[in-house]
Amino acid sequence: MRDLTNEFLELIRRAASDLPPDVEARLRAAIEKEEPGSAARGALETILKNIELARQNSTPICQDTGTPIFYVKHPEGWSTRKLRAQIRNALAEATKLSYMRPNAVDAIYDKNSGNNLGGDDFPTIHFEEIDGETLTVEVMLKGGGCENVGAQYSLPDNHLGAGRDLAGVRKVVLDAVHKAQGQGCAPGILGVAIGGDRGTGYSKSKEVLFDKIGTPNPDPKLAALEEQLTAESNQLGIGPMGFGGQTTVLDTKITGLHRLPASYFVTVSYMCWAYRRRKLTVTGDQVSYA
Amino acid sequence: MRAVKIPISDEIIRSLKVGDPVALSGVMITGRDTFHKWLIDTFIKKTRPPQGDDLDISAALKPILDGGIIYHCGPVVSGLETKEYKFVAAGPTTSIREEPYQADVMKHFNVKGVIGKGGMGPKTLQGCQEVPGVYFHAIGGAATYIAQSVTRVLGVHKLDFGVPEAIWVIEVKDLPVVVTMDAHGGSLHQVVADSSGKVLADLLAR
Repeated sequence: MRDLTNEFLELIRRAASDLPPDVEARLRAAIEKEEPGSAARGALETILKNIELARQNSTPICQDTGTPIFYVKHPEGWSTRKLRAQIRNALAEATKLSYMRPNAVDAIYDKNSGNNLGGDDFPTIHFEEIDGETLTVEVMLKGGGCENVGAQYSLPDNHLGAGRDLAGVRKVVLDAVHKAQGQGCAPGILGVAIGGDRGTGYSKSKEVLFDKIGTPNPDPKLAALEEQLTAESNQLGIGPMGFGGQTTVLDTKITGLHRLPASYFVTVSYMCWAYRRRKLTVTGDQVSYA
Repeated sequence: MRAVKIPISDEIIRSLKVGDPVALSGVMITGRDTFHKWLIDTFIKKTRPPQGDDLDISAALKPILDGGIIYHCGPVVSGLETKEYKFVAAGPTTSIREEPYQADVMKHFNVKGVIGKGGMGPKTLQGCQEVPGVYFHAIGGAATYIAQSVTRVLGVHKLDFGVPEAIWVIEVKDLPVVVTMDAHGGSLHQVVADSSGKVLADLLAR
């Protein structure tokens, strides 16, 4: 199998410095909704200037280059052991080149590893074998500010009056958006997983964020709830950076999982506006980035 | 946008109000979680005796902190091998994590302002009234843009804290911020939390 270290390095460079077009388009549309001269509009203008500069200079959009989370889908015959090593080498090189900030800190000894590699779980790499001849590698960089405002609720939640149904889901998600205020770098994108256990809830609430902004959920019930949650989150008036304003959430993505009869978890991953995700596709000699 | 030079006088601090856009210029330091805990434990509560270069560093920092600013920022820095440091990306980090420490640090070292994002709580707001001081909000995530305002890296302390947590001494020119907590008890964050809380209560009642 071929060595993809350089391609992984390019994937990371693009993820850190080049915001995907669907996210940028939503931010551009959001500007028009904020009053001229308001702090909210000023924040969005600065955000857009920054997006352009980062792309032009190949420098990080945000200094918190986040937890690198990789999803590898590979045809039969690829060595996941070698792919893992190549991804890790690329990440260390990306750190040297200042595409990435050294972000892996040993939680017990408080020591930064200096190269973004730490134990078996930093970076996070998910592997899945798939049919066909095409390898795809997606990466998401999720900053700590927005990760810290993520939340998991166990329904029923008596305090919020949230029962074990989609009406209850709506209530806890709105509560999470309110609690986050501007601290997750609003306007954010919500990834919501309903069901699962605590672990799968968190990982699926992130995975669902790979779906393009503006693509409606194939389940009409969830599509309606996504639309409602985005609209009602914006009614809260938290606004860009929490300055107050019209745009608090750019989009909502929901996924449903099976759950135990006893459990009903709702997990919310809050993604900041600097929603960095990129994809590498390899078929034979053909390499492309999206 | 109002230009403000560091160090900042009490008079200028008191004239700043919530909502004012400000361009900051002068010398400041970055400091976040490890830095604040280190200051509190070693020099304010003194639960841990100074070790190694602690005293030298605090002596070097005192004149910068007096009338100065702490920037809640964990930058991406190039030139680590050659020590020709340059800030590549330098947006603000979430400030609320420093809420237990910030007011005490401001009072002890006469720090006139902190820059961060997301705002801070009642203890810091009280501290801002006493010092007097203000909270400057920078635009979260706008890291490449803000790094352009960092004209020079003058030095670094405690690099063993790790690059993001180290104390970087920087010179900035026209670093763009907005006052969101002032020395008169005003807090945009409190206002937005309250108004959005009322909307939430209405939505939850439906």
